[in-house]
Amino acid sequence: MPILMNNPRRSAARFLPGRALIVATLLGPVVGALLAFAAVSAEEQTEIKIDNFVFNPPELTIAVGTTVKFVNHDDIPHSVVDKDNAFRSKALDTDDSFSFTFANAGTFDYFCGLHPHMTGKIIVR
Amino acid sequence: MAKKGLDDHGKGLGRREVLECMVWAGTGVLWTVSGGIPHSVGLIGEAAAAEPAGFTFLQMSDSHIGFDKAANPDALGTLREAVAKVKAMPTKPSFIIHTGDITHLSKPAEFDNADKVFGETGVQIHWVPGEHDIIDEDRGKAYLERYGKGSKGAGWYSFDDHSVHFIGLVNVVDLKGGGLGNLGAEQLAWLEADLKDKSNSTPIVVFAHIPLQVIYKDWGWGTEDGTRVLELLKRFGSVTVLNGHIHQLAQKVEGNMTFHTAMSTAFPQPAPGSAPSPGPMVVPADQLRSRLGLSSVTVVQGNKSLASIDKTLAG
Repeated sequence: MPILMNNPRRSAARFLPGRALIVATLLGPVVGALLAFAAVSAEEQTEIKIDNFVFNPPELTIAVGTTVKFVNHDDIPHSVVDKDNAFRSKALDTDDSFSFTFANAGTFDYFCGLHPHMTGKIIVR
Repeated sequence: MAKKGLDDHGKGLGRREVLECMVWAGTGVLWTVSGGIPHSVGLIGEAAAAEPAGFTFLQMSDSHIGFDKAANPDALGTLREAVAKVKAMPTKPSFIIHTGDITHLSKPAEFDNADKVFGETGVQIHWVPGEHDIIDEDRGKAYLERYGKGSKGAGWYSFDDHSVHFIGLVNVVDLKGGGLGNLGAEQLAWLEADLKDKSNSTPIVVFAHIPLQVIYKDWGWGTEDGTRVLELLKRFGSVTVLNGHIHQLAQKVEGNMTFHTAMSTAFPQPAPGSAPSPGPMVVPADQLRSRLGLSSVTVVQGNKSLASIDKTLAG
């Protein structure tokens, strides 16, 4: 029990499957809409992969407080630079990563400082 | 097929023709510029006898010292092979122009290793940085401390040799999101002033890491304000533009301007649009050396002509 208590959401899902199902059914369209925006709830972490000179997903909507981890899977170094200097990573070699926590709402257009044709967007709500 | 590729009388090459040109140019071709109309004079073997007396310099590029991935686990080793070819040349080149990406990650040890191997040539080297050379903590300080002596701004400069005016430009700093290579207003103003007193008959060689003209926009292979440079150079009778960055030969002639990109000594990259990304191309080990190389340029005195020979590491 103490272990499950560490994660209240997981324990609810495990012990009240019937209720979770009803909630899921009622909120289906809402959840669907949120998923369409690739929404991530507060204080969570999500990942943007750099693969074949592309940020994936190229556009991401997150809640305030979310940490985004950029991971470079290419054989070539890349970096992550916000257009308005809100953040700038160092050069990320293969498998290196850079994390940034978005404390404020707003739209963040970013690009690779080495290959600026690589661009992405993060919307923080 | 061979001679058609470059001798297009200023009509401009279609992509297909450029690709054909790359295939045979990889085995080495001598071309020359005379009377403002460039024409190839043949492949290395047949041209050697007719090679005119002039002064020769080399272009080397994209050494990527520190790169150790599948496309070439030993970039320092292939640089050593390229340097051995330089040392074996019957006529020592006057100097080497290195068009950037000396290192892979701008680490001190990578610069040290590059300097050590390049030093074995015993030939003076004129450098410009690639984007891989300015990713140290201080974003270019390491490069400028080693190679920036006498340069302006992020490392641009010019010099004269054998009555040819050489200009080294930097188009890898302060890049803008969604854009291409970038020179910036300060550098362009410097260039305009630098060219002001030069007569139209002065042969010009301009070199930078990223191609000044747009070769393939989707992969960022071009320079945002590169056309400003070409406008400033339009009045000159002989202009040669040497670039690196794309790790393959690409040659184009437009009026009095000749564009040439060099092979890397580290790893090849795919032809424009032929792969999902411009990342390092893995080729069978026995073919790697035919995709790496260096270029030799001969400046012929009197008729203001330049001739270039591209050599792979396989030959």
